[in-house]
Order: sequence, then structure tokens, then C-alpha cells
Amino acid sequence: MSTSHALAAAAGDLRAPSVAYRSLLPMLLLFAAAGLGVLAEAFAPRATRRIVQVVIALLALLGSLAAVIWLAGSADVVTASGAVAVDGPALFIEGTLAALGAASVLLLADRSSERGGHFVADAAVTVGSPTDRRQIGATHSQTEVFPLTVFALAGMMLFASANNLLLMFVALEVLSLPLYLLCGLARRRRLLSQEAAVKYFLLGAFASAFFLYGVALLYGYAGTVQLRGIFDAAAGSSADDLLLFLGLALLVIGLLFKAGIAPFHSWTPDVYQGAPTPVTALMAACTKVAAFGAILRVLYVAFANTRWDWRPLIWAVAIASMVLGAVLAVTQTDVKRLLAYSTVANAGFIMVGAVALTKTGISSTLFYLVAYGFTTIGAFAVVTLVRDPDGEATHLSQWAGLARRSPVVAATFTFFMLAFAGIPLTSGFTSKFAVFAAAIDGGATPLVIVGVVTSAVLAFPYLRIVVLMYLSEPAESGPSVIVPGGFTSAAVTLGVVATLVLGIAPQPILHLAASAASFVG
Amino acid sequence: MTLPYLPALTVLPLIGVAVVLVLPKGRPPQLAKVVALAFSLFELAIAIAMCAKFVAGGARFQLIEDYAWIPQFGVRFGFGADGIALVLIAMVAVLMPVVILASWHDAGTGQRPVKTFFALLLSLQACTVGVFAATDLFLFYVFFEAMLVPMYFLIGSYGGPRRQYAAVKFFLYSLAGGLLMLAALIALYVVAKDQGSNSFAFADLVKLHISPATQSWLFLGFFIAFAIKAPLVPFHTWLPDAGSEAPIGVAVLLVGVLDKVGTYGFLRWCLPLFPAASQRFAPLVLILSVVGIIYGALLAMGQNDLKRLVSYTSVAHFGFIALGIFAFTSQGGSGAVLYMVNHGLSTGALFLCVGFLISRRGSRLTGDFGGMAQAVPLVAGVFLLAGLSALAMPGTNTFVSEFLVLLGTFAVNQPVAVIAAIGMILAALYVLLMYQRTMHGPLNPSLPKMRDLSAREAWVIAPVLALVVALGVYPKPVLDVITPAVKATMQDVGTADPGPTAINAPDTEGGSK
Repeated sequence: MSTSHALAAAAGDLRAPSVAYRSLLPMLLLFAAAGLGVLAEAFAPRATRRIVQVVIALLALLGSLAAVIWLAGSADVVTASGAVAVDGPALFIEGTLAALGAASVLLLADRSSERGGHFVADAAVTVGSPTDRRQIGATHSQTEVFPLTVFALAGMMLFASANNLLLMFVALEVLSLPLYLLCGLARRRRLLSQEAAVKYFLLGAFASAFFLYGVALLYGYAGTVQLRGIFDAAAGSSADDLLLFLGLALLVIGLLFKAGIAPFHSWTPDVYQGAPTPVTALMAACTKVAAFGAILRVLYVAFANTRWDWRPLIWAVAIASMVLGAVLAVTQTDVKRLLAYSTVANAGFIMVGAVALTKTGISSTLFYLVAYGFTTIGAFAVVTLVRDPDGEATHLSQWAGLARRSPVVAATFTFFMLAFAGIPLTSGFTSKFAVFAAAIDGGATPLVIVGVVTSAVLAFPYLRIVVLMYLSEPAESGPSVIVPGGFTSAAVTLGVVATLVLGIAPQPILHLAASAASFVG
Repeated sequence: MTLPYLPALTVLPLIGVAVVLVLPKGRPPQLAKVVALAFSLFELAIAIAMCAKFVAGGARFQLIEDYAWIPQFGVRFGFGADGIALVLIAMVAVLMPVVILASWHDAGTGQRPVKTFFALLLSLQACTVGVFAATDLFLFYVFFEAMLVPMYFLIGSYGGPRRQYAAVKFFLYSLAGGLLMLAALIALYVVAKDQGSNSFAFADLVKLHISPATQSWLFLGFFIAFAIKAPLVPFHTWLPDAGSEAPIGVAVLLVGVLDKVGTYGFLRWCLPLFPAASQRFAPLVLILSVVGIIYGALLAMGQNDLKRLVSYTSVAHFGFIALGIFAFTSQGGSGAVLYMVNHGLSTGALFLCVGFLISRRGSRLTGDFGGMAQAVPLVAGVFLLAGLSALAMPGTNTFVSEFLVLLGTFAVNQPVAVIAAIGMILAALYVLLMYQRTMHGPLNPSLPKMRDLSAREAWVIAPVLALVVALGVYPKPVLDVITPAVKATMQDVGTADPGPTAINAPDTEGGSK
């Protein structure tokens, strides 16, 4: 009945929905800048193209951050026929994404480690061909990475604000497609990079399909794709819940995949390892933020009243994620893979906060995302600095005795490792405290105990790197640590400062997260 | 306006760290040492002034300073000291210049920078003072965990041949305990919030009403963390490794100061916050303590590595301390607190003397020594005095505390007290055997030519030994400070001292509890 009604309405008076452009400004800025970037790619001369792209991307992200700050505190808005919600969590996540995105763009723009930057000069050249061997030393690179990144970030913002499952799916694709491409554009080890891209694309496509199927089932159950509509349908309907739960399960699989939560994490180590490290940083920080934004919104808005049914399952994935991530991190011998498993475990920790289903659950999750994002970008930025003639030296054995040659880099990385391990006076401790407190408050004490135990396990791999850097003798033909250029230095500094400040004086951001912690709808 | 003593004592070493680190590179390493020593002496002066300010028998917590930190979690920079904390802070302040002077040549030998060593020592001091001075549980936890980092690097970068293994083992054991405590701490916070108190302050936490079942779980979370730190027997295996691989000065701090944080934690947090659970688990702790006393002593006897030997004696001594705490009598408690201070001094002295021997012989094994008393009579003399203090000879400081602990324990649990007393005999054995093997007998022909106690070494050991004797002869000033604080703690637990009738009538109720 409702469908025929909608059709009739559509046939009768078709008019564009009203859009509150003001509230959408943060993401609109990014979409515009990405479009502008594509034009610049076509028209700007090659010599100036890179700098133009960097400026456009950074300005857009800073502008977006400014817009978020400008909008902060204004009343919640649901706009575009209820498809987009601009509320506290949405704005908080948009701000986080803009800040983390800017840090990532700084990393992407670095050219101090390679003359041409981290990205391949001509992606279309066959790997291993004579032209390919020549282009390693080329001074230019694919500058499309900047508009692609901005598109991805805009998609992420939309993803976390989508109040309607169909729009959420569109946003999912907008954020994913550029990332698939970015993964394959590494300058060195191109086969590994392309393999990562294909793997990510195939698995990502599967996840998208799951998501879409879930949306279809939920539409079948509720007759709407609006999150609020699903909530109402679940509250009022006496219909069979099978469709609802099947739909929810498939939907959540798609979301968990993007967030890299076990058992849907298996792509992370390969993709994180193969992708150019700045892109890895972007994925580990920003994609995670966006995915958790969407997970929070779906669970808190659409499925709040069926929580007793799905909570055990979410508990299970959180535990699986923490345990698998921690245990597998112990066995890794590659820095990027190790960090990848650590992100899996950390996704589990974030989930612990998210399942609390209270206001503090939201605020602690938001805080964790900010804190973790900056530390992660900082850590990956350091990884880009340790190099041998073949590119980045990511094997752990190559990091032996690093502190002897570059004490500052080693100290910085140690600081990030201590933050990951949750040592006090770093943001890692504050954020763990926040999510665990929220979880115990929300009745999830067993999850916290698992979280504490896995934290102890996870400390071992982090510590192993520290031991290698400080306590081992340097390898004979060890890698050299390059002097970071301005862009990378800025990204690392941002990471260190954020990690320290959020550890020592977290109150302002905690307060911000607490005041942003209620969903509209 | 008076000086905010406790925050000042916490921050001053950090300023020292900053100063040491910014010293220009080209300067001789001597400068870093002098600066570090100057800061530690300055700290000692402030600590002495603070002790003069403290009124024995006055308010329970004095020198209170309180600043806002993270209102969201109700966390404050809450500083304050009762008698227990005061004497421990004083002990840290005394030991630090000694350790810096004792480490004068240790850090310069390897390729590791000298500056970093002294910066790490000072940052360790900041953390240990902070941990004793914090009256906010969250702040306590922050220092408790932060402490691991400098200690980890001190052992791992400057220690013996198996330093990596020892450092990682130390870190992981402590971190595992610390994280359990974190879980308990968060749960406690949630309990507090449910009762309308968004605060980690000691004064607010003791007012909470926690159900016995919850208390048991929370107690265990805290207890295991502290028992690893202390260490009590099943959790002790990291100590011999860390103690034997750490450079001598660091070993003094590790065993003398860091481990006290565990026993201090029992007194400050476990007992007052979870009185019912403390009483419930006390028999278990008493058994662990006695096992530790005997087991530590036996293992100490079997060691041929001097540093490992001293580490194991500490396991035995920590058994005594835990015994005194969990006997829940004011004599036992006062004895235990006095023991914490005395153990810091006497084990510190023992480690320092062992360090003198090792630096002369270049070996840690008892078999490589022998007849040293003929070659270096002064070193032998101070070694004997330190050893006598470790075996609780009357006239030395540890005798007083060990006696008080046994007295306090005997009043409530005679079998345990009797078995623990056997530990005193074993202590005499392991100390005298060690002394005999290294100092007496014919001079080991393989010994190099050695000089006797140098002036620097004399300055290192003399203040410690002076305190050892002074506290053995006249412990009253310290006990006057400790006893009211211990009594207040025992009141929190809700136990009253059994009357002296318990000794006349051993079959009364008091014997079983």
C-alpha cells in the first residue's frame, strides 16, 4: 500500500526535496574540491599540477574543518527528504575526518623519501617492463591521488551522516572506489600493490553486495530504507522478525568489513601491507572513523529497540576481533602487517565502547576514534621514513638497532607504540579508559576483561619493536632513515602532539564528544 | 603561602630530566652526572623540609594539594601524604643521590648515552614520588604504569648480558598486573558513579558501599597487580631476572623503591577500599607470605650469583612485609611499613656492596671470590654490616621491624608467626654463607689486584649504613609518624587489635582469624 502510494505521489507532483545546504557544507566543500581537482588534472600543466592539487585538497579539508566548527552546536538537521542527518555524532565525525584527512594528505604529498613521491609515475605501464624500470626514478607521479582522496573523504563524511540505507550504500561506494584505486598506485613493489588493490576490490565488492542485500531485506520488512522507519517498524510490527534479523546481519557484515573487524578482517593485513603507506594510513585512520560512524548510527538509530537480540552477536565479533588481532599481531614479522593486526584488535576495543548503547558509549567511541586516528597516522608516517634502496624497509629485522642511528625517529615510534599499548599519559590510555568505563557501565564487564587481557597480549608485539630498535645490535646493511621533508614532519608532529595532548589534557575533546553524543531521529 | 611540597617533589625531578637532556652534546658526560646529583640533593633538601612540616599524630592526610585535571572522569591531581607515604617518599629522596653517586661509572662504559641514563633515573624518581603522594586513584594508576617505562629502558639499555629478556619480562608482568588493576579501577569508578560520586579521590572512594561479591572481584584485580609488583610468591619470577640484570644502582631502586609500590598499594588501596574482601582473602595472603619467606630464603641459599641472591632475599623480605600488613594489627602494620623503609635501606646497602665487589672482580658468581676480606678489609666491613642488617641482627634497623611484624602476627595467628620466625634463621644462613664464601677462607689466587673502598664509594655507602644503625637503635621518630596512619588504615578495615590476653589464652577466637 505504501509503495503504491509513493508511486502515485511520484507521478503526481515530482519535486526536488529541499536541501539544507548550510548543514551539508563540510561535505559539499569536499565534493566541489574533488571535482575541481579532476578539472585541474585535465587543464593544469604537469609542472604545477602537483602543487595545485595539494593546495586544493588541503584548503578543502581545512575549509571543511572550519565549516564543522562553524556548524558545531547548531540544532540537529535532517535534510534531503530525511536522507542525511547532520547531528552531533555526524558533525564530530566530519570534523575528525577533515583533520585526519588533512594529516593523510600531508603524507600523500611527501616527496622527500622518493624524488617523485610515494605514487607511481604512470600507473598504466606494465609491471616489470623496461619502461617500468625507468619510471622508478621519474620525478612526476599520478597526481590523481589527491582528488581521489578527497572524493573518498567526502564519501566517508556522507557515509557517517546517511540517515537512509540506500544513501549509505551510495556513500559506501563513493568512499570505497577511490580507495581501491589508491591501493594500487604504489611506486615500489607494484605487483604487491596491485594485488592489494584487486584483493580489496573483490572482497569489498562482496561486502557491498552483502550490504545491499541486507538493505533489500530490511526494505522488505519495514517498507522503507529510512533508519527511523526501520526502528518504528521493529517497534510496532508483529510480523515475523526473520527478515529483520537477516537484513541486519547482512547489513552489519558489510559495515564490519569496512571497519576491519574480525571475522571480516582478513583483507586488512594484505591490503595494508601492499598499499602505499600514506594510503594505508588513510585507510587505517579515516575509513575506520567513517565505518564506526555508520555502525553507531545504524545500531543506535535503526536497531536500538532490538538490541537484546543482536547484542550477543556484536559481543562475539568484538571479542573475536580483539583476540584474533592481538594473537596474530604477536606472530608478525613485518611492521605494516603488525600494525594492520593491531588495527583489527583496536577495532575490537572501539566496538567494546560502541556496544554499551549508552550516551557514554557514543562519546567514548568518538573519542577513541580521534585519538586512535592521529596515533595511527603518526605511526605509519614513521614507517615511510625507514628505507633501504628498494623502498620502505618494513621487515622487523631491518629495524634492529634503529635507535642507534636515528634516536629521534626511534623515540617517536616508541612513543606511538606506548600509546597503542595504553600506557598512561598517552591518548591510548585515555581512550581505552573511556571505552572500558562505558562498557562496564553498559553491563559489558566480560568484554572489558577480554579487552584488558588482549591489551596485555598486544603489548608484546609493540614492545618487540621497541626492543629491536633500542636493545638489539644494528643489522649489517640496515636501512637508512631519511630526513623527513616538511609534509611528513608535519604529519608526524601532528600525531605526536595529538597523542600527547589527548593523554595529558583530554578534557576539551572528551567534553566535545560528550556534548555531541546524541543521534537525531 | 607554603610550598606545595608533594607536587614540587614530583615535578622537580622532571625539570631535572629536561635540564639533563638539553645539556649540549659536546660537554663531557661528567656534567650530566653532576646536574642529576644536584637535582637529587635539592629534592632531598625539600623532602627534609617537608618531613619537618609534617605533624606526627596530626590529621591523617597532610600537605594536601588538589587541582582539577579531567572533570569528565572526575579525575583530579590529588596529592596528600599520611605517615606511610611520608616515610616512603623520604626513603626515595634519600636513596636517589646515593644511587646516582653509585652509578657514577656504570653508565659511561657502554655505547649508550650517559645523559639518557641519568634522565631516566630522575624520571623514575618523579614517578615513584608521585605514586606515593597521589591520593587520587586515577593519578596513582598513571604513575604506577608510567613508572614502567623508565625502568624498562634502564634495565634493557644498561643492564647485564640477558638484559633484553629481563626487561621485557619485567614490563609484561607489570603491565599484565596493571591492566587487571585498570579493569578493577574502571569497575570501581562505575560503582562510584552509580552511588552518585564522580570521583577517584581516596576520601570519596572509602565511603562507597560495595557489596561483598563485587569487593572480592575488585580486590583481586588490585591485589594481583600489587602482588606482581611487590612481588609475592607465585608472581615473583620476574624479580630475580630483573634484579640480576639491572645495573647496581637501578637494582637498588627496583627492589628498594619500585617493589614497595606493591606493598604500599595493599595498605593504601586494597585494605581501606575493600575491607570485607581483605579480611576474606587475608588467610590466603598470609599463607602466600609464609611460603614466600621460606621459599625465598631457600632459593637465596642456593644461588651462586650474588645479584640473584640478593633478589631472592627480597622475595623473603616481602613475605614479611605482606605478613605484617595482612595480620591486621597495628603492630604488624607499623612493623610492615617500617620494614618497607628498612628493607629499602638494608637491601640497598647489600646491593651497593655487591656492586663494589662485582666492579672489582668483574664477575657476579660467588665462586670467583674468596678471602676478599684480606685484600679489601673496608669493603668487607661494610658488606658485613649490610649483611647483618639483612638478617635482622638486633641493633640494626630490620630487627625492629621484623620483630614488630612477628609480634603483630603472633597475636592473631601463631602457627604462621612461628613458621615465619624460621625464616629469620634461614636469613642468617644465607647471609652468612654468602659472606663466608666471598670474604673468608684463603685468598682466591685468580683475584686481580684490588684497591679498597674509594672515597666515592664511602660517600655512597656511609649515609645508608648510618641510617641502618640509627633506625636500629632509635626507630621512635619514624614509628611515631607511621603508627597513627597504620591505625587509621586498620580502622578502615574494621579490625581491632586483640588484647594481650591472646598470648595467655592461645585457644581463644583470635587464634583462628
